[in-house]
Amino acid sequence: MRFFLRRLGFYLITFWAAVTINFFIPRIMPGDPVSALIAKNQGRISPDAAEALRTLFGLDENMSLWDQYVQYWNLLLHGELGTSFAYSAPVADVIAGAIPWTIGLVGIATIISFTLGTLIGSGIGWRRGTWADSLLPISTFFSAVPYFWLALIAISVFSVTLGWFPASGSYDRSLVPSFSWEFISSVIYYGTLPALTIVISSISGWILGMRNMMVTVSSEDYVTVAQAKGVSERTALFGYSARNAILPQVSSFALSLGFIVGGTLVMEIVFSYQGIGYYLFTAVAAKDYPLMQGIFLVITVAVLFANIVADFIYGVLDPRTRQEG
Amino acid sequence: MTIASPIGHPQRLAPASDPVLEIKNLSVDYGYDDDPVHVLRQVSLTLGRGEVLGLAGESGCGKSTLAYAATRLLPPPGLITGGEVLFTDRSGVKTDLLRLNDTQLRASRWQDMAIVFQGAMNSLNPVYRIGRQIADGIRAHEPKTSQKEALERAAELLDLVGISPDRLRSYPHELSGGMRQRVMIAMALALDPQVLIMDEPTTALDVVMQRQIVEQIAELRDRLGFSVIFITHDVSLLIEIADRIAIMYAGEIVEDAAALDVYNKPRHPYSSALLHSFPPLRGPRRELIGIPGSPPDLSRLGGGCPFADRCAFAFDACSKVNPELVFPNVPGDDPRRSVACLRHDPAAVRAVGEVPLPVPAELSLS
Ligand SMILES: Nc1ncnc2c1ncn2[C@@H]1O[C@H](COP(=O)(O)OP(=O)(O)OP(=O)(O)O)[C@@H](O)[C@H]1O
Ligand code: SF4
Ligand SMILES: [Mg+2]
Repeated sequence: MRFFLRRLGFYLITFWAAVTINFFIPRIMPGDPVSALIAKNQGRISPDAAEALRTLFGLDENMSLWDQYVQYWNLLLHGELGTSFAYSAPVADVIAGAIPWTIGLVGIATIISFTLGTLIGSGIGWRRGTWADSLLPISTFFSAVPYFWLALIAISVFSVTLGWFPASGSYDRSLVPSFSWEFISSVIYYGTLPALTIVISSISGWILGMRNMMVTVSSEDYVTVAQAKGVSERTALFGYSARNAILPQVSSFALSLGFIVGGTLVMEIVFSYQGIGYYLFTAVAAKDYPLMQGIFLVITVAVLFANIVADFIYGVLDPRTRQEG
Repeated sequence: MTIASPIGHPQRLAPASDPVLEIKNLSVDYGYDDDPVHVLRQVSLTLGRGEVLGLAGESGCGKSTLAYAATRLLPPPGLITGGEVLFTDRSGVKTDLLRLNDTQLRASRWQDMAIVFQGAMNSLNPVYRIGRQIADGIRAHEPKTSQKEALERAAELLDLVGISPDRLRSYPHELSGGMRQRVMIAMALALDPQVLIMDEPTTALDVVMQRQIVEQIAELRDRLGFSVIFITHDVSLLIEIADRIAIMYAGEIVEDAAALDVYNKPRHPYSSALLHSFPPLRGPRRELIGIPGSPPDLSRLGGGCPFADRCAFAFDACSKVNPELVFPNVPGDDPRRSVACLRHDPAAVRAVGEVPLPVPAELSLS
């Protein structure tokens, strides 16, 4: 337990550092784009919101840095991330509306890719030197194609030519979002093609990583001992080989989960999918600094959170990391 | 077993009266390509029931390869190219382990013959508690045994090797090297196997621990009655524990005799040199002499005796013919011992048209 508490402490400090850097960046930036934007949007945003923006971006000249810092934290901890100029709505609300889409689509696609890739990789690694090895170049080919291209080709084949899937959007706009089966199936239908492209472009990394670890681990003495003990092939494969080979995979998995929130920019642009990446793209285009800042903060937190989860899983999977000292 | 050599030497090892494991003409290659290395060439070895057979030889001579091949655990690119490994069970039925199918092989493993690998440091799965790892082996062969019963038996086994049963819940990294080695021995004994192969079980340990473990193995053997193939490059250790010793050189057995016979009156120049390169554990000190030169490259063996380059007694015939195991050419020797050296095999020397030389005094001590 002490191991987990110590790790948690470490992440709290990292979080503090990330937020503090986020606090200083707009204060160091030359020029003053935000004041200009506040002035331009006069009347469209409330005085309260303008005040919050001043605090967040350090525009209050007559406040000491320390007071600004305290106020900044105060706002953050109340979920106040400022007001988006582009959407004339609180940044927190904009992000809250976008995040489930990203996490839902890319999260599920990443989990599928990881699970499938790891399983296939175990199989290929276990039976190395057989026909199974010929799967590798195929999957490597797909990961070598730039994602942008892959997505465009998928759209032109499956949406434009065959008409199987919609080319953009996240659900049928004639439906009202609700927890009805009709709406959910529409979400799945719209999400299939983007998810598929993500899986195809990322799966080879998982396969290759797992295969190589399997090859390494399979020559470990403890796997030979398992064979010598006469345990079933399944036990030797999953209990001894794959069980150890998966450890580095778990770390990469956590990292990739962290990057879900930020790393899906291209997919969301190509498919006009209304996730975080899409909003980040529009925020940059519209010079919507509050929204950008808010999204960066969310990405930071997401990466940290994913790391906490990874540490936790790793600690459960590998007794050696729980050791003190 | 071909007892008669082509040249008409009738004697080979008189077969042990009650063999439990007979390795016959076992050959192993490394490499699948056209030019594999013949690492083991026609190795034959017989382990009697209840016997401790020591297998010694310099690093790289193929001791581990022999252990892996006999248990069919040879890692790629190793390939068994010929021979038999006959196991005789308690009721006297012989099976050739090399001819078992996967299911039969899995059933036979650990039950008939267990193995403790060289470097037990990595022999334990780092992510499982040791209790579970011992239980795994038990339950693989006795599916009806519950996990709880298996763990109880694991506790008894740990007790047997002098480890406190609460260590069942330890992970391998929480144990010392000596403890891990004992855990491996306990694990190997889990199914009461009849043959235990131990590949340098004590090499990584300090001398005190080595001694303790060797004594423990001897004591367990007396109590449980299994047979042991004990592999090491430390001959003096073998004198302590082994009933018989086989000396291996460059993938072949060059001498096979009772332990004390090998120690006091070696017949092969290599055995003699090997003995002089280790300090004796007991008895009068003798001068230590290293063996000059180094073992031959197994991929470049000619037709002669593999030891010829380093042998103090080599003569013309040695580069022409590879000696086979024969009865030593020393009157009064134990009929069960054998040696592969042309000094003891005048018939083979004459067969290639050379003049035999007598056995040197050092190799005919009595
Ligand atoms: N994978 C491999 N490919 C090619 N040659 C190999 C391979 N593994 C072992 N060998 C060769 O086989 C020979 C025997 O190796 P082995 O491990 O059996 O020796 P050993 O007697 O156990 O040595 P040690 O005392 O160091 O454990 C060595 O000469 C080695 O070079
Ligand atoms: S055969 Fe010749 S070279 Fe080989 S050990 Fe005997 S004397 Fe030495
Ligand atoms: Mg070895």
